[in-house]
Amino acid sequence: MMAAAAVPIALLLPYVIDTYTLTVLAIYAMLALSLGLVWGYGGILCFGQAAFFGLGAYGYAVGAINIGESTIAMVVAVAASAAFAAILGAMMFYGRLGDVYLAIITLVVTLILYRFMSSTAGDAYVIGKARLGGFNGIPGFPTLHVPGDPSAYIWGDALYYLCAAILVLVLILVKLLLSSGFGRIAVGIRENETRMSLLGYDVRARKTLLFTIGAAVAALAGALFANWGEIVTPRLFGLTQSAEIIIWCIVGGFGTRLGPVLGAASMGYLKFLLGQQSLIDNTLVMGLILILVVLFLPRGLVPALAGLWDAAWQRVPARRVQRRRRDLV
Amino acid sequence: MDLIAVMAVEFLYAVASLVLISAGLAVVFGMMRVINLAHGEFMILGGYVTITAVNLGVNVFIAMVIIAPLAVALIGVVVERLVIRHLYGRLVDTMLATWGLSLFFIGLVTVIFGNTTTGISTPIPGFAIGDYRINGYSFFIILVAVLLLAAMAVILRTTRFGLIARGTMARPDIAAALGHETERIYMATFAVGSALSGLAGAVLAPLVGLVPGSGAAYIAKAFITVIAGGPQLLAGLMSSATFFGVVNQLFTFTISPVIGEVALLVAAVILLRMLPRGITGRFFRERSS
Amino acid sequence: MSDIVLETSGLSRHFGGVAALDNVDFSLRARELRCLIGPNGAGKSTFFNCLTGLLRPSDGHIFMRGEETTGWPVHRIASLGVGIKTQVPSVMDGLTVRENIWLSASRHHRQTDHAERRTDEIIARLSLGPISHNLLGRLAHGERQQVEFGLVMTGDPWLVLLDEPAAGMSPEDMVRISEILRELNDTAAMIIVEHDMQFIRSIASRITVFHQGRVLVEDDVERVMSNPTVRDVYLGRTA
Ligand SMILES: Nc1ncnc2c1ncn2[C@@H]1O[C@H](COP(=O)(O)OP(=O)(O)OP(=O)(O)O)[C@@H](O)[C@H]1O
Ligand SMILES: [Mg+2]
Repeated sequence: MMAAAAVPIALLLPYVIDTYTLTVLAIYAMLALSLGLVWGYGGILCFGQAAFFGLGAYGYAVGAINIGESTIAMVVAVAASAAFAAILGAMMFYGRLGDVYLAIITLVVTLILYRFMSSTAGDAYVIGKARLGGFNGIPGFPTLHVPGDPSAYIWGDALYYLCAAILVLVLILVKLLLSSGFGRIAVGIRENETRMSLLGYDVRARKTLLFTIGAAVAALAGALFANWGEIVTPRLFGLTQSAEIIIWCIVGGFGTRLGPVLGAASMGYLKFLLGQQSLIDNTLVMGLILILVVLFLPRGLVPALAGLWDAAWQRVPARRVQRRRRDLV
Repeated sequence: MDLIAVMAVEFLYAVASLVLISAGLAVVFGMMRVINLAHGEFMILGGYVTITAVNLGVNVFIAMVIIAPLAVALIGVVVERLVIRHLYGRLVDTMLATWGLSLFFIGLVTVIFGNTTTGISTPIPGFAIGDYRINGYSFFIILVAVLLLAAMAVILRTTRFGLIARGTMARPDIAAALGHETERIYMATFAVGSALSGLAGAVLAPLVGLVPGSGAAYIAKAFITVIAGGPQLLAGLMSSATFFGVVNQLFTFTISPVIGEVALLVAAVILLRMLPRGITGRFFRERSS
Repeated sequence: MSDIVLETSGLSRHFGGVAALDNVDFSLRARELRCLIGPNGAGKSTFFNCLTGLLRPSDGHIFMRGEETTGWPVHRIASLGVGIKTQVPSVMDGLTVRENIWLSASRHHRQTDHAERRTDEIIARLSLGPISHNLLGRLAHGERQQVEFGLVMTGDPWLVLLDEPAAGMSPEDMVRISEILRELNDTAAMIIVEHDMQFIRSIASRITVFHQGRVLVEDDVERVMSNPTVRDVYLGRTA
């Protein structure tokens, strides 16, 4: 239903907002959805989703420079980031680290990538033909084109429609995943990990897999972002980027599919508006929003509005949850 | 010979700065189970307060050791009353809210000081050992760290606050038994932790130019030093600061400063994987059971 | 003997310097019902958790149906066909009764319609129909316990391990639970850790008494009850 509504919205929006901005909003929405999947449905407190976003972007840039073509570069970007997530996830989940460690390790890994990428200026840091370029990043890689026809670039409006279509597709896939056995079991694991392993489920393997899927979606968003910005820089791995993804999801509401998407789109647009003036600092506003939402609206907008809606129509209250309060155990 | 002396100073300095960077976070986390993600910003606030005071003509040492800790403690109290106290017992929510605070302070500092590098010069001149130049200020950092550890040891052993602190850190559930006093103790703890962060940021300020985003560099180091240290406040702080300081310096000497930083973070990830309860025992309960 | 389904030899577990479990040899026959009793801290839960894989034994071996399972992760032991209920009630509080049971059913029935059918069966058998769409977190303690039994029985286990199943139950709940237990016992061997002597009498069986991490006595209910050493141990606890 949501996907069906998304199509006309995606088609109508260009009459209101320019497609350049819309493209990045769609990409942000996809990125938020990836965290919404991992954290909201899997209960995995990933503080470093930006790592996979950034790796996707770098993977695309490096791939495109070396291959000289975009379709395989997209695949390379997603696969590289997913492989990285699989290794990291296996290390964390098989090590039975608690939630908070997980949050910290994912954050630290993001910082490592940031530090490392920032220090890659110079000729020593090349992958194939691509220079990593240190703090200035990698500009000038081939951008998306129609598969098989490297001269037919996809940019401008076309890039927006492509991103919107991919977003809708990802939404549908996420919905299918969540209603499948795998998704329902993932939610069971979020609710009670020990119980699920006592029922015979291999929690570690399943969390690793979900984490990897989330990373692949984030990497897809990152690769598209590289195409939108036409440059990749270490800032993609920055703490602010990591924080923003979480802010989008918390504002929208974890544990829903719509929440992260709407949160990302609205916060992303707010950021865009703030970027057009110099009176109020963008970071300051984002920080304030995060504090206020945690304090006053911890479940996020979408679940809160759904609750109001249900109350107005006297329906059974929407399912409680979705952010885990269980702390260290 | 000269090289060894220089290296010894550098190693000591690395350890000392890690102790300073982590002390505030360690106190707050150890006693309150609050992970303050705005710790790095508390530190740079200490730095900015120092710079401002010095520019107003205050003696630099007074600015660093007295004014900065006091100012940041004050900010800490305000933050605790407005935000943190509503979130006790909700570790993840506190992390998120303090992350919000971190962004807020970055924004605030940008608005006030601009997105440029601000700094003051090192108040102690360097000197030469044989062929090598050494930064005289390193000795000051080492001295401050030693004094800080000594002061913490004395306070923990001899005062009522120290007694409560040791009890709470050994048995987190004891906090509940403190009854109505808990509120005051938490507030005081947060103030002390903030003061320590402010002090650290202040004394380190002359070594690094400050930009609004500088805090990020501290938070990761502070984090891992505290978590890797484990529940024994002082022993944990010293042992993990030594471990990470040595790792950092080894890679800095042999490869480059940036690789030193990366090595430190990688070492932390591996250490947490091998010793999930930190060097001095268990912080978090084991996953299952 | 070939009908021994569970066996431990020299099983030990230390916590720091404390030997919570000390060199326990134990065996259980197919469809046997065994109660474990002992004063608080006797090591019953530790023994239990070693069997389930929640704890790793410091020493010794565990065999299930002839296969050594020492050190296996929990999910592998459960996948053998072992139904487990821990001392602390453990259910998915944010999900409905039906979703809870389904999660157990789908572990054993890969095909979705089989899982759905099995879920319906269990819900009917435990008369959970009226509350099947309620969230577990909103149910009374007794109802949640019952759902947990549902989770255990959905997998048709051949070995059932229960840590204090009667704790905090009302008398009516107890009656219902002992019925369920008897039914489960038709096909499964069972180990029940329990304090409630009346409850133990009602499901009459052999008893293993733990004390300070060791097996003190192993005998029939009546003889254990009249055993002076056991009385001392228990009186020592209450004094
Ligand atoms: N995780 C742990 N860490 C340290 N000591 C433990 C741990 N778990 C159990 N113990 C100790 O091991 C001993 C046996 O505990 P256990 O829980 O097995 O007893 P029990 O017989 O189940 O008691 P109860 O009847 O109270 O459930 C106790 O002394 C207990 O304090
Ligand atoms: Mg017990």
